[in-house]
Amino acid sequence: MSVKTRTRRDVLGTSALRPDAVPKVQGKFAFSSDLWAENMLWGATLRSPHAYARIVSIDTTPAWKIDGVECVLTHEDVPGKPTYGLIASDQPVLARDFVRHMGEPVVLVAADHPETCRRALAAIKVEYEVLEPLVNPEKSIDLSVPPIHPDGNLIRRQQIIRGDQNLVGEVVVEGNYELGMQDQAFLGTEAALALPDPGGTGVELYVATQWLHEDRGQIAACLNLPEEKVRLVLGGVGGAFGAREDISLQVHSCLLALRTSRPVKMQYSRQESFFGHVHRHPAQIWMRHHATKDGRLLRVEARVVMDGGAYASTSSAVLINAVTHVQGPYKCEHATVDGYAVRTNNPPCGAMRGFGVVQACFAHEGQMDKLAAACGISPVDIRLINAMETGDRLITGQPILNSAPVAQCIRETAEIPMPPNMTNETDVLAIPGGSGLTATPSKIRRGVGWGVSIKNLMYSEGFDDFSTARCTVEDGRVSLKFATSEVGQGFVTLAPQIARTVLGLDEVFIETIDTGIGSAGSTSASRQTWMSGGAVNGACKLVAINIVADVAKRRGLDPSTLQIQGTDIVDLTGNAVESVISATKDKRFSETYEFHHQPTGELDENGQGDCHTAFAFVAHRAVVDVDPELGLVKVVQIATAQDVGRVLNPLSLLGQVEGGIAQGLGLAVMEEIIVENGRVRNPSFTDYLLPTALDAPDVIARYVEVPDPYAPLGAKGVGEPPCISVTPAIVAAIRDATGVDLQRVPVRPQDICL
Amino acid sequence: MSLENQSYTLSVNNKSHEVQDAWIGESLLYVLRERLGMPGAKGACEQGECGSCTVLLDGEAVCSCLVLAAAATEADIRTVESIGDGQTLSDVQQAFIESGAVQCGFCTPGLIVAVENLLTHNPQPTEMQVKEALSGNICRCTGYGRIFDAVSVAVARRTGASQ
Repeated sequence: MSVKTRTRRDVLGTSALRPDAVPKVQGKFAFSSDLWAENMLWGATLRSPHAYARIVSIDTTPAWKIDGVECVLTHEDVPGKPTYGLIASDQPVLARDFVRHMGEPVVLVAADHPETCRRALAAIKVEYEVLEPLVNPEKSIDLSVPPIHPDGNLIRRQQIIRGDQNLVGEVVVEGNYELGMQDQAFLGTEAALALPDPGGTGVELYVATQWLHEDRGQIAACLNLPEEKVRLVLGGVGGAFGAREDISLQVHSCLLALRTSRPVKMQYSRQESFFGHVHRHPAQIWMRHHATKDGRLLRVEARVVMDGGAYASTSSAVLINAVTHVQGPYKCEHATVDGYAVRTNNPPCGAMRGFGVVQACFAHEGQMDKLAAACGISPVDIRLINAMETGDRLITGQPILNSAPVAQCIRETAEIPMPPNMTNETDVLAIPGGSGLTATPSKIRRGVGWGVSIKNLMYSEGFDDFSTARCTVEDGRVSLKFATSEVGQGFVTLAPQIARTVLGLDEVFIETIDTGIGSAGSTSASRQTWMSGGAVNGACKLVAINIVADVAKRRGLDPSTLQIQGTDIVDLTGNAVESVISATKDKRFSETYEFHHQPTGELDENGQGDCHTAFAFVAHRAVVDVDPELGLVKVVQIATAQDVGRVLNPLSLLGQVEGGIAQGLGLAVMEEIIVENGRVRNPSFTDYLLPTALDAPDVIARYVEVPDPYAPLGAKGVGEPPCISVTPAIVAAIRDATGVDLQRVPVRPQDICL
Repeated sequence: MSLENQSYTLSVNNKSHEVQDAWIGESLLYVLRERLGMPGAKGACEQGECGSCTVLLDGEAVCSCLVLAAAATEADIRTVESIGDGQTLSDVQQAFIESGAVQCGFCTPGLIVAVENLLTHNPQPTEMQVKEALSGNICRCTGYGRIFDAVSVAVARRTGASQ
């Protein structure tokens, strides 16, 4: 079905439309939870009700007796490696001796109906010896506290020591900052369909994930199968935001399918989803900034403590992102930083959009405002005075080689008109408290705040997160093959745009996204436009060379005198020799390309080293209205200018910017998983508040286009920056409106009015 | 299965559907998706908070996760599958695509039903009426901006077409 008749070509730079949008608006797009197979069973998971307990015994016999139950599995039934994990393999497939967080998987069931599963889980008897949970991250740093895991309580410590360790600025400001635990809250909960091979020799898994190949490696090890016997196919993904980087139900669904020799579908409820994936790390950050009296930043001191929860996941990488970004997008020569990622009996934390930088940014931007106030200059000027430029160094000593238009982002944001003031005509729904009619309009106070951030792109510390793509041209049609997870970000839109631009052909098809080709790396770290975009671009260019060579040979021309321009192959004078469609008629060309980013290094014990791949920058200005009596906030407008390198698809880009801002707004004023003594108190959408249509601010976005010399398409990743500095901008605006020294997000009503 | 089962008939999208030997505790969402082959409505919260499962029950938008299927035998049920004619798209669907209102798309079917329902009852809603009407449909990807734009586009086209 054609979406729209158009005369222009959907090449790079145009707002090409999503190829999957038609089935999505019709309800026909197959998400993982929509998959179904003949003779299929449902899988379900019994989880720990305790934050920390020793398992005394597990009695599954009552579950086996329930009509319709086909399989009940415990840790004894895991045929291969008993643990998995992204960086450290420290998380049990099923708990054996201890449960270390509320919601840890203990027993699996497969049955004919979800209700049968529920009854089977209720019938299983697990006897626990409940232990006192370790929930204070500061205690996890103390090596005298008994470890809750064989790997110890300290996941990683990293210091950064640079320059003069005794330097004291003319102006010194200090602050403590705290961030609560945010959930990714993708709409499509974890879901998978596992199809066993006959005889149990292998398995095919349709799953919503961010990284097919990483999943495959971990699954194969736990199943004790060779990797080639585990085939992963991307099931439709209902959002990700970091929460699908870790294993959740992948191994479980395969275990049940292999044991029963029947297809098994698993789908988490919303409550289970809150327990089934990692969250954003809560953090405690102390910072002291030293500056000259005219506001030049000289030295930053910081202590960062991140609560990794019961299992390590990506905590060590999240910590490195946090400690290496504490200076923000500002010049700074001297630094003293101490960072800890620790294990507790709280829910496990790992990747979420912004990945450690969200935490650092909330603190450093609070500090910049304190510095501005202490120096008597404006929040804008303090940021302009210190704005980083290409060639400046991080406190790790790494030079910024990428384009770094920080000052331009700030200036362009400042030029965006302010929203009109609230008047008597303002709709009640647009003022704090909304339809509750709680606000007295005359008492509403308006505030303005700023946030600016730097974000690393791609993976760090020597990791070669390459991406692979194959381009095949046959009879004027292009097909692209890659394992890049489409989670909603729009790579399925971008990849054909690249192919059309390079090859001059308009019909582009995307083959099944699966493990039938090399890895694409993870859809995370704002990396797929750069990495998989680079791989698709590389494969298409190789094919273009072959097409041109074939035309040259056929016509007796020097191939170096020909190139593809528009939809034609042209000679040096720009004259069309023939169209690409005719040049590829009855012919087939196919090439595979692996894209690697420039190598990175490790950090030494002083936190020195070129550990990051590339950087992007963004500025946010928030305008809020606050009801100081009830502590309610309405975010009125977010103005932003983002360093994007080059705009490849304006519509997709705006979607990333507006969506990221909404998530940053959520962290600023409403979103938090409340954990008390290791127990999650609000694992539902009734109690975990998400921004709705009525909470959405007006977003006015501008893009700073300075093509990055290292980016294969000139474009930087755009996914994470929108959600990073918007949070401190909103909090700064609330501080501006109320005069309250807010140190914690999310800002709760009682933080403002009590 | 030894669950408490029952057979009944539902009227979905103007067609009568037999639901055979189904556990009486099943929600309308479950029956539509798992028994009647209509997976358009999505389950995302099971508590009526997110609107992903929105369908029309006798012309009113409801969360099908909160409706007991066996209690909906008298109702006229309309799902996202009834919008457009299965081949051509409705103006609202078309506007969602063109405005970039779709990213992961999990909330999209519920939003399509909610917007169609809004425009049926209020063909020219104000900006705040749109926001209020859609405040029961959570979208985690878009931040809502392109969704508002899609509604404006659909309203403008309908207004233009009727003049």
